[in-house]
Amino acid sequence: MLARTITHALVGLDARRVEVEAHLQNGLPAFAIVGLPDRACQEAKQRVRSGITSAELNWPDRRLTVNLAPAELRKEGSGFDLPIALAVLAASRQVTEESLRGHASVGELALDGRVRPVAGVLAAAEGAKEQGLSRLFCAASSAPEAALAGIEPVPLHHLAEAASYLRGEWQPEPFDEPDDLPVPEGLPDLADVRGQERARRALELAAAGGHNLLLAGPPGTGKTMLARRLPGILPPLTRDEALEVTRIHSVAGLLPPGRPLVAAPPFRAPHHTASAPAIVGGGSGPRPGEASLAHRGVLFLDELAEFPRPTLEALRQPLEDGAISIARVEGKATFPARFQLVATMNLCPCGARGDPAAECSCSTQRLATYRDKLSRALLDRFDLLVTVPRPRALELAAAPSEASELVRKRVVAARERLRERRPPRNEAADALLSRAVERLPLSARGRARVARVSATVAALAGAEEVGPEHLAEALSFRTPTELAAAA
Amino acid sequence: MSAAAVEPIRAVRRLRRRDLPELLQQIHDPPRSLFLRGGPDPEILARPAVAIVGARACSPYGAQVARMLGRELAAAGLVVVSGLARGIDGEAHRGALDAGGVTVAVLGCGIDRDYPAAHSELARRICERGLVVSEYEPGVEPAPWRFPARNRIIAGLTAVTVIVEARERSGALITADFALEDGREVFAVPGEITGTLSTGTNRLLRQGATPLTTADDVLELFGLAASQRARAPTVGPSATAVLERLADGAASADELSRTTGLDPGPLAAALAELELARLASEADGRYRAVVPPLASTT
Repeated sequence: MLARTITHALVGLDARRVEVEAHLQNGLPAFAIVGLPDRACQEAKQRVRSGITSAELNWPDRRLTVNLAPAELRKEGSGFDLPIALAVLAASRQVTEESLRGHASVGELALDGRVRPVAGVLAAAEGAKEQGLSRLFCAASSAPEAALAGIEPVPLHHLAEAASYLRGEWQPEPFDEPDDLPVPEGLPDLADVRGQERARRALELAAAGGHNLLLAGPPGTGKTMLARRLPGILPPLTRDEALEVTRIHSVAGLLPPGRPLVAAPPFRAPHHTASAPAIVGGGSGPRPGEASLAHRGVLFLDELAEFPRPTLEALRQPLEDGAISIARVEGKATFPARFQLVATMNLCPCGARGDPAAECSCSTQRLATYRDKLSRALLDRFDLLVTVPRPRALELAAAPSEASELVRKRVVAARERLRERRPPRNEAADALLSRAVERLPLSARGRARVARVSATVAALAGAEEVGPEHLAEALSFRTPTELAAAA
Repeated sequence: MSAAAVEPIRAVRRLRRRDLPELLQQIHDPPRSLFLRGGPDPEILARPAVAIVGARACSPYGAQVARMLGRELAAAGLVVVSGLARGIDGEAHRGALDAGGVTVAVLGCGIDRDYPAAHSELARRICERGLVVSEYEPGVEPAPWRFPARNRIIAGLTAVTVIVEARERSGALITADFALEDGREVFAVPGEITGTLSTGTNRLLRQGATPLTTADDVLELFGLAASQRARAPTVGPSATAVLERLADGAASADELSRTTGLDPGPLAAALAELELARLASEADGRYRAVVPPLASTT
């Protein structure tokens, strides 16, 4: 007796259709899973068997073979438990194979038969939808996520519910999909930052133009605090962008239960001990790294110079292409990674440089080594560089400054203007740029960078064209000479 | 061998003792010969020259002064001589190059080496209009005991030696000693009495070196008109207001924003304007006036 169910395996962010075949034969009772299952998937045997008996269904005491087709595709994880269990129930005629038609399934089983959520439900649901399947069995807490793909979820708490549903004895409550994007809340607010007007201005420019930002300065001056406030002034994600981000976070298993759609631009802050694959993605069945998790949001590298150089160099490709390709023997996975890079660094290893109250004890040698870590090529990727000095006590006692919401309004308006038409440079601005190229150490890429930032300055000011005052401001945020010379 | 090694600019020439510039022949222990690298005729070694030397680990202030002096003295037609080291030396060379002037780097190692390696690009630029010289034949490794010997050539090539920043036991002080021994003029840039970076220069001042407060002090000695220096270029009203604040000392952008009442945007524009006009510069987040206040008010 043979029965089939449909599920999906993830290759990167793509769902591949997998048919789960269960075959019962006469012979000594045995249970084998074939079709390239990994360790977690192999262990499904124990969970499925316990789950079925705990749901007061019958475990067929015969020779049982489960095949996961196509056999050459690696199957990873515990999401195959539920489809295997359903295939076994159908093969042993406890539910009809007919009733399974049009259904896909994904989920892990507990030993007591409960259904647990797994990662990547959104991608699986999208795959099912694409193949014309209409319903998806999944854990109840994954149902809102599956609904995002436009497929009707069958939310399950327990395997027994699936059996009664398939026998026509039980219907899940109709699931109503929330229409609106949830409003992001709880993001840190710029009003908490006292003083630091120049750094705030740089942050606003970075948000409006999507520029990469490097904050340099002595420790304890609020660089990290400023950087964490960037998502709060970014325009909220559109529905399509939110879905893209959600898909990645779903595959990584990072979605909070109950609130499936990621509506706020993500903020990812990997520690500097993180490995290169952890940041750009990798693994045998490639998984998204921090750079992809920061897609449409902010990748924050605190203490940039402490990151190993290979890790930083690996970021150059996504910074250029907005995507990361990971090649494996079984094929290639591409993860989107269009993030805004924000980094902080001290001005020297001991951290005293730039602090009027302390004297730097670093030797020139040590200073050079520290700065050599940042290649010119990487520094060139930062459109905005700002040195954050130590604020005076006077500033710290100042009244709270502008709140994120006000800044965000300006940012949204500027983005709108930039989308419609990039303001062109007028003659005076062109002349100033040529003079700057002559006088300052400004590479060709640096020149393009200044031009980009000046368009953002003009858009924020609501100007029709880029004037010399906009260009001059853009010039003030370029790579400090000493950093450029050292790199 | 790399392609760079056969470039004409890399070609090494040798100047025998009797061809050495007169000033250098007069010192107590002139080199037997001098190896040269660079485009121009060795004749430039005989032109009026000034040495600018100082600490390798200098402060942003020192770097700025060295650069300003290099620029203004070279613009007035003097040859700027230094040691290609990090810090003050490098800044002095860069200042001269900024002004499109002639500068000479004296090495303490073989003529074919660029030491420190980080300055090989600087050395290449020096060779376009000036010279890199050494008394050591190609292949000689840099060694600590060769640097004092190098310093005697720096002092020997020039009529005036300017020390910008020097600690208690600095190589720059050795250069000053050589200059004094050979009867050349020594200037020292005054520094804070509380900082270790100025203990050496301040001691020189106490011993009778001339304090240097503007580049004119040196130019006068050569009988060159101080008016060679470009008058303060005209800048906008915001930039002028910022410059007036900077006359009170270095300040961060946020402090300037508060004292001038300018918003961060226009302030940043004013600062960039000042930087382009070479009236102010930034280091480690603090802005400073580049030229002494006297120059901008006259």
